[in-house]
Amino acid sequence: MNPGGIGAAIKRKEDPRLLKGQGRYTDDIVKPGQAWCQVIRSPHAAARITAIRAEAARKAPGVVAVYTGADLAADKIGNIPTGWLIHNKDGTPMVEPPHPALCHDRVRHVGDQVAIVVAETRDQAREAAALVEVDYQPLPAVASVRQAIAPGAPLVWDQAKGNTCFDWHLGDKAATDAAFQKAHKVVKLDTGNNRLVPNAMEPRSAIGEFDPATGDTTLTTTSQNPHLTRLLLGAFSYGIPEHKLRVVAPDVGGGFGSKIFHYAEEFLVVWAARKLGRPVKWTATRSEAFMSDAHGRDHQSHAELALAKDGTFLGLRVSTVANLGAYLSTFAPAVPTYLYATLLAGCYRTPAIYAEVRSVFTNTVPVDAYRGAGRPEAAFLIERIVDVAARELGMDRVEIRRKNFIGKDQFPYQTPVALQYDSGDYHSTLEQGLKASGWAGFEQRRAEAKGRGKLRGIGISTYVEACGIAPSAVVGALGARAGLYESANVRVHPTGGVTIFTGTHSHGQGHETTFAQLAAEYLGIPVEQVEISHGDTDKIPFGMGTYGSRSLAVGGSAIVQALEKVVAKGKKIAAHLLEASEADVEFKDGKYTVAGTDRAKTFGEVALTAYVPHKYPAGLEPGLEESAFYDPKNFTYPAGCHVCEVEIDPETGATEVVSFTAVDDVGRVINPMIVEGQVHGGLAQGIGQALLEGAVYDDQGQLISGSFLGYTMPRAGDLPSFQVGTHATLCTHNPLGSKGVGEVGAIGSPPAVINAVVDALAHMGVRHLEMPASPERVWRAIHDGKKA
Amino acid sequence: MNDFNFHKPQDVAAAVATLKKHADGKYLGGGQSLLPVMKLGLAAPSDLVSVGGLGALKGIRVEGKALVIGAATTHAEVAASAEVKKAIPGLAELAAHIGDPQVRNRGTLGGSLAHDDPSADYPAAVLALQATIQTDRRAIGADDFFKGMYTTALQPDELITAVRFPIPEKAAYAKFPHPASRFALVGVMVAKGAGGVRVAVTGAGPGVYRVPELEKALGAKFHADALAAAKVPATGLNADGFASAEYRAHLVAVMARRAVAACG
Amino acid sequence: MPSVTIRLNGKSIRAEVESRTLLVELLRERLGLTGTHVGCDTSQCGACTVHLDGRSVKSCTMLAVEADGHEVTTIEGLAAADGTLSPMQAAFRECHGLQCGFCTPGMVLSATELVQRYPHATEKEIRGWLEGNLCRCTGYHNIVKAVQTAAAGATSRRSA
Repeated sequence: MNPGGIGAAIKRKEDPRLLKGQGRYTDDIVKPGQAWCQVIRSPHAAARITAIRAEAARKAPGVVAVYTGADLAADKIGNIPTGWLIHNKDGTPMVEPPHPALCHDRVRHVGDQVAIVVAETRDQAREAAALVEVDYQPLPAVASVRQAIAPGAPLVWDQAKGNTCFDWHLGDKAATDAAFQKAHKVVKLDTGNNRLVPNAMEPRSAIGEFDPATGDTTLTTTSQNPHLTRLLLGAFSYGIPEHKLRVVAPDVGGGFGSKIFHYAEEFLVVWAARKLGRPVKWTATRSEAFMSDAHGRDHQSHAELALAKDGTFLGLRVSTVANLGAYLSTFAPAVPTYLYATLLAGCYRTPAIYAEVRSVFTNTVPVDAYRGAGRPEAAFLIERIVDVAARELGMDRVEIRRKNFIGKDQFPYQTPVALQYDSGDYHSTLEQGLKASGWAGFEQRRAEAKGRGKLRGIGISTYVEACGIAPSAVVGALGARAGLYESANVRVHPTGGVTIFTGTHSHGQGHETTFAQLAAEYLGIPVEQVEISHGDTDKIPFGMGTYGSRSLAVGGSAIVQALEKVVAKGKKIAAHLLEASEADVEFKDGKYTVAGTDRAKTFGEVALTAYVPHKYPAGLEPGLEESAFYDPKNFTYPAGCHVCEVEIDPETGATEVVSFTAVDDVGRVINPMIVEGQVHGGLAQGIGQALLEGAVYDDQGQLISGSFLGYTMPRAGDLPSFQVGTHATLCTHNPLGSKGVGEVGAIGSPPAVINAVVDALAHMGVRHLEMPASPERVWRAIHDGKKA
Repeated sequence: MNDFNFHKPQDVAAAVATLKKHADGKYLGGGQSLLPVMKLGLAAPSDLVSVGGLGALKGIRVEGKALVIGAATTHAEVAASAEVKKAIPGLAELAAHIGDPQVRNRGTLGGSLAHDDPSADYPAAVLALQATIQTDRRAIGADDFFKGMYTTALQPDELITAVRFPIPEKAAYAKFPHPASRFALVGVMVAKGAGGVRVAVTGAGPGVYRVPELEKALGAKFHADALAAAKVPATGLNADGFASAEYRAHLVAVMARRAVAACG
Repeated sequence: MPSVTIRLNGKSIRAEVESRTLLVELLRERLGLTGTHVGCDTSQCGACTVHLDGRSVKSCTMLAVEADGHEVTTIEGLAAADGTLSPMQAAFRECHGLQCGFCTPGMVLSATELVQRYPHATEKEIRGWLEGNLCRCTGYHNIVKAVQTAAAGATSRRSA
């Protein structure tokens, strides 16, 4: 077995440079002659711009230029597009308002871009920006779903009546209504899903460059998907032919979805660089990030579950209103629809499901995909209502899940909400989770905690999600404006070293290690001989980037296909060298061997021959380099069981997560160390959502939680050590059998935490708690429960 | 951040003389309160007079029945000091939970008091322990020092040199940290000393304040049980997305009980 | 313009700075030491942590002029001259205590001081100490493990 191959927990190849401070993030890069761009942003949630006076700023020291929305309008470019078209129930298209990179007449959220100042230094740009006077005529604003849907609410866009972007549905309404007719009991739940700020530790940054000699434009940016950014910038917001536009995403300090999207600032630095003929750089402060990075989640839902007397699920009805913010960000329309409602079957055999989703505009930062994107919202709703149902029927929480699970032998399983799950074993992950968490012995721990004055609760969630985005034909039919396949290029060098070019992007996921392990496994070479290249559209043929836990399942599959082509071509060369028939040559452990003999050629010898083809098969091209595009046949369906235990201080309402167990089925694992790390990070974000995090706007649309002083980021002391395990059923339709692991932690954990908190408080009459279950919220629940 | 003139005087007299000349200037201690405010543009002094390195402002010593701590002593030094742990362990404990390790390595006692953030921890200790703030020109009693949010009795060029904490019979601090900022959402210092029982609260209101209701109950019986039924009025307390005034008032009573219990 | 002399990663450097220049700006923008990162503007995240005379400080909340005459160590100064990782850096690699790497320099410096001062810190104490450093990738699990691993190594080296 190759010590660096599939299944080996080898140390990461990217670590030494990152540990020594040699990582190269966008803001670390200084281009010769670079100028600084400062973005002037709206302090109002909604206002008309009546005048902009920039003369003083233009004359300020070091200022190169000041550009406003009028300049942009004159150039007739700069509309930031959205990548997904959703249709209303009646078949008409959604309302798709313009999204100018600089506002001309109206601003629609705090942080909306109004003008830019370009100066020699950052301080000069900042100081000059303070001299730009913008006159605003404030307008009434709506910040929340509640405000947006209220009768007579102010309109974010005049063309969006009732602030509705689209009113969409999925599932069979008649069949679902019929199922409810037969119900023994209907359980109802109203819940929100709190708005989150992704807060990758590296703030966004972008550098635009233009070479007048060649006409080439380069954008260096903090992106999870440079090719997608090239497509959106080149073909939509700017209009630069793709062969004259290069997008580079160097080391990127985390993304979690927020760096998928094409942002106005990327357009602005390119625009300014082309106008000025010199590099222009912008880097967000954290405060700027809070008001300009796309936020996540923000749903209000009503759900009803119809049950038979024995606890069998008969039907599910869901009505959700999703907040999209002021503009449609890149993936925004897909998140509360195809990434959400399609997952409402969960792990269960619910035969009839009907979901309605109304998406609304508000005077807030656009909302888009954030780790999990739609699936955490679905998992939370299902796993909460299942718990509520168990309590109201007097059933055991585990038993009701077991009873309704899709059985191991029922795959492929067609859900009533469009997806076909290919594989899974929900009973096994459940049993493994119960065992690892010591579920059976919990009451003893509860009693012990009670002795210490603490309320202890345990909660479970058994979730499924869909990732490996995505089969192009399927998503195309659903409104995606791009294909979502992936590409790979495997370049074997003459001495047997290998460089793999992948269209995915690594910003913490460890692709430089995991993908190298694929090559080590398939080519039988040491992992040290493999280099992974990503993040530069000039180097990599094409790609769709990294999001939706797709990199291994889709990008890895493309790499495997290319590796298999390399092996196959090598076999022709080896057979010629060994004077054997191709059919008699086997490739194993890095050697081509004539079957049944000891006559062999190493992979390195074959590679050298490919480039020094003195003795070479007639008609075969020299060289050993192969490309592949992989378009998935289906989504992949990771699933698992998360168990959370909390202790609540009844006097303060403070909740401590005292243990957390996650058993996830992510398909085949390439590097278990990296897989566990991905789960840990997801759990932290999920626990953060459940207990700590929440973006708060006031009713006037001011962002209250606009910095780390007002937005609670999970710290080391807020979290326990985690117990994580895996149980693999293989994905049936990709060559690796891998499903994806990036998001499972963030999807499965929030309902497990809230189920545990409610369990701790249930004896006081508490039925449900909104996220985040902050100390005051918990204290009030205890307080009100005692009163009741 | 706007530029300013930077001065690094060699002694207290020179520091004061320098600031006297610059009406819009400020002293700079460890900078952990002032620099964040300047970075956000909420303060823009013309001059900064660095006093964090002045030897005369350093040091921790016991003088008779008081613990005297130099104004430029860092939180980390107070937290680790054997003298403080022996004389007023509750004060060492308080210092050990200010901000985070990096802040404690730079931030100073004098800087914290001069800034008088309504959620800072030290003001609660100074007020409950009835400390005296020694400046370059006078001694100011704790009861006269704090004047509400970000406001103190200090004259513009007045420099805190040391703080004299009378050593109490018992004292302890209980803090419910703000989940995001880690300042005190509510912090309560309880002290039993020569002047009786004093309870000082930070984080809950617009400035540090004492709670007569709790002091009275504890004066009668210095035990957590004495506060079992204590209710603290919510009037005038802070309210934000993290905690309503009512919840803060509730926490004042809870933290007071815990501080008393921690007194042993 | 004020000038500062700093013993930086073992070498003496001299630079002219504005009074308002933050230590992190001097390091990143003037001296090209971009391993020290800026993750926030409210002195919370700790990505900019460096050692000042062996103690962790936030270089975004310190004036460069205040470092005059002091010793500053950044992430670039931790590994040996031949590139060998410091024990804490090595423990982070061993335990997969980093993912995107952005918080890592500050985290490693903060953890290095922790182990120097409290070699026997408990898990709870380690988690408490790391309060000044935010990480969005790892959930801290493997960072805590790395600190424990480095501490165990330091203890065994001492007793050996």
